[in-house]
Amino acid sequence: MTATVTSAEPKATFARGVHPPERKEFAAEAAIEVLPAPEQVRVALLQHLGAPCAPTVKPRSEVALGDVVGQSDAFVSAPVHASVSGKVAPAKMATLPNGRHVPVVVIQAAEEQPLAGQALYDDVLGGSWPLDGLDGHDPKAIIDAVREAGLVGQGGAAFPTHVKLTPNEKRPIEWLLVNGCECEPYLTADERLMLEAPAPIIAGALLAARACGASKLAVCIEDNKPEAARTVRAAARNTPVGLRLMKTKYPQGGEKQLIQAVLGREVPTGGLPLDVGVVVINVGTAAALARAVLRGKPLTHRVVSVTGAGIREPKNLLIPVGASYRDLIDYCGGMRDDAARVVAGGPMMGFTLGDLDAPVTKGTSGVTVLTHEEVRRTEETACVRCGRCVDVCPMRLVPTRLALASRAGNWDLTQKYHITACMECGCCAYTCPAAIPLVQLIRLSKAMLMKK
Amino acid sequence: MAQDPPPAEADSPAPDAAPPAPAIRVAPSPHLSDASFTTRRMMLDVLVGLAPVVAVAVFVFQWYAVVQVGLCVLVCLASEAVLGAMRKKPFSLGDYSAAVTGVILGLSLPWSAPWYIAVIGSIVAVGLGKVVFGGLGYNIFNPAMVGRAFVMLSFAKQMGASAYRWAESTLDVITQATPLSAAKEYAAALAAGKDVTGPLQEQLENASQLGSLFIGNVNGSLGETSALALLVGGVYLCMRRTASWEIPAGVLLGAFAVAAALSATPLTPFNPAHHLLSGALLFGAFFIATDPVTSPLTPKAKFLFGLGIGVLVVLIRLFSGYPEGVMFAVLLMNAVVPLLNRWTVPRPLGGPAPKQS
Repeated sequence: MTATVTSAEPKATFARGVHPPERKEFAAEAAIEVLPAPEQVRVALLQHLGAPCAPTVKPRSEVALGDVVGQSDAFVSAPVHASVSGKVAPAKMATLPNGRHVPVVVIQAAEEQPLAGQALYDDVLGGSWPLDGLDGHDPKAIIDAVREAGLVGQGGAAFPTHVKLTPNEKRPIEWLLVNGCECEPYLTADERLMLEAPAPIIAGALLAARACGASKLAVCIEDNKPEAARTVRAAARNTPVGLRLMKTKYPQGGEKQLIQAVLGREVPTGGLPLDVGVVVINVGTAAALARAVLRGKPLTHRVVSVTGAGIREPKNLLIPVGASYRDLIDYCGGMRDDAARVVAGGPMMGFTLGDLDAPVTKGTSGVTVLTHEEVRRTEETACVRCGRCVDVCPMRLVPTRLALASRAGNWDLTQKYHITACMECGCCAYTCPAAIPLVQLIRLSKAMLMKK
Repeated sequence: MAQDPPPAEADSPAPDAAPPAPAIRVAPSPHLSDASFTTRRMMLDVLVGLAPVVAVAVFVFQWYAVVQVGLCVLVCLASEAVLGAMRKKPFSLGDYSAAVTGVILGLSLPWSAPWYIAVIGSIVAVGLGKVVFGGLGYNIFNPAMVGRAFVMLSFAKQMGASAYRWAESTLDVITQATPLSAAKEYAAALAAGKDVTGPLQEQLENASQLGSLFIGNVNGSLGETSALALLVGGVYLCMRRTASWEIPAGVLLGAFAVAAALSATPLTPFNPAHHLLSGALLFGAFFIATDPVTSPLTPKAKFLFGLGIGVLVVLIRLFSGYPEGVMFAVLLMNAVVPLLNRWTVPRPLGGPAPKQS
């Protein structure tokens, strides 16, 4: 296999979707920098989907980098770790960008950190990563190591990784897909990771496949990142890991879309990828998995893009989990005067921050600062039933019907139109010529149905 | 004591400049929107698509077309402004929908229709066709067709087949019968057992040369004569996806199927090609049926909607007293749009959610 990527190569894609301006230029060229340890980190005790952790450290006790500071016995949960060495301060609450109000373990960082700068970078991403002999690892041991390391999906949803990898006799896994699509506009964290550290991604993929029993592996990358695709392909030479080029389209990196695009399988509504024999993990998760298994290190740091027209110096940063959004923004020169919204994640599905002191969690892939110009929206007018939202909905729904039924409080009608299948990607609201907040109304309705 | 001025940083510009810390706002995602595609842009697209049709209409019918279309547009705009103001609604001329209604209504009238028909048709189109329902987006029936149906039923003589023909005119094209009324007269004579050779045969042949139907130098309503101009404008609309291609595809297929099935019968002297190219079929398929407000939402329903129109058009042409049926076919299918939407709720990716027990 040669490590080239040609434009003639076939590209997989899902049906429908939108293609917003990619805007990767802000941070795509910025090599990953290590954020100096902030004075204080606040490690949220619930950073994942599942049960919250209980704190395992007392105020005023000393913790070292990598120590467990929160733990839960529930299966669908993941421990949290100290991302700096230092002293535990009294516990506090924090409001995460998604609106959840969660307890946090506050750690005052010590003056001297055991790892900083290049040493920290090398510990997390650098050095050599063996790609041979990974078959010798015991699947059970891999899953235990993943759980102990507190791994959760780094693409956004933050689902505990060990749960995904745990084999289920009724549903054997055939495929492991490593998601490097990064279809959200602006974000470049995954792209930089693939360019700078392809080896741990490949090692992590092989280990994950070994753990869940997948026999086929592929890394999936959108074709707007040809350099990343070349690098990953070169690193995967002589391994069973394949590379799939994907058409650049949003939401190509949605789990269900990726599976539809690459394998032509439909994940049942309300089901999981494992129902069709697939496990999907993000490239960042794969790299963290390799580090957890091969180096015994927990998930304390991750790569985050700080980007957008509203940020003075867009960068990609390796940051300790629990640093505040303000720490990241300040390190990137602060915001421009025309900044309008600070988004945790990308502009299509990210949450705006009301409080810049909120802590960054394991699932945060970026901070996008948008300007007034970028977020300007025309005034809402009546639906002219043009059907554009139907044309772009990747879940094959009728968003205008769902949204207007939501506005009218007609919950029965929303269910007739399959509201539960909506994954809130926002293609409908992006495309609506009448500027109707379609996905926002659908979200409202979903929340009301959950309450009932 | 006067209040201290706000502490200004050394390098801060004039005191009335933006505050040093930008005000951060909170809003739900998505934070981007596609500004290139708006309702206004859609309506503008329709006007662009109609441009070749208007151009041919002016070329073929000269001042008659200019006056008719101009009058309809003016009265539609005025009606929208006045009726909108009466409803205390925000000024809505900016969405161009009234202009689109005016152009389509004007192009659907005979050249000879007196001024009051254009005026009444326009007021009814905007008033009864749209504003009483709540304005753009809420109407059930195509506004231009509501206006046209009103004046057609009210002024049967001025809108009927005889209104199209003026044998003494210096404008050659309007001395002929329209293709569809020639066909109707021929079929009627045949059914009555009369002799159809001679003048009737000659009239039919003159009126329905396929080449003329394609170029547009035949008699008819102002905008319907040139298949070429309609195809150019219609394909543009479909490529912009301002019009959904499923609708014209359905209309053409439906009309072709019925016309082909009945072409060997004495019901019509026309073959399917004549049916597709003559009358308002193409105009209806590309510009009237594709009105987004009064057509269905899903691709499948759009196709069925078009199919229904195509079938009804030919059935009305062959079995009713009217030579043409596009207007009634569109209005009838408009009425079943809610049903079509309900019948064609798409199966979501991954299937419907499992029932909760």
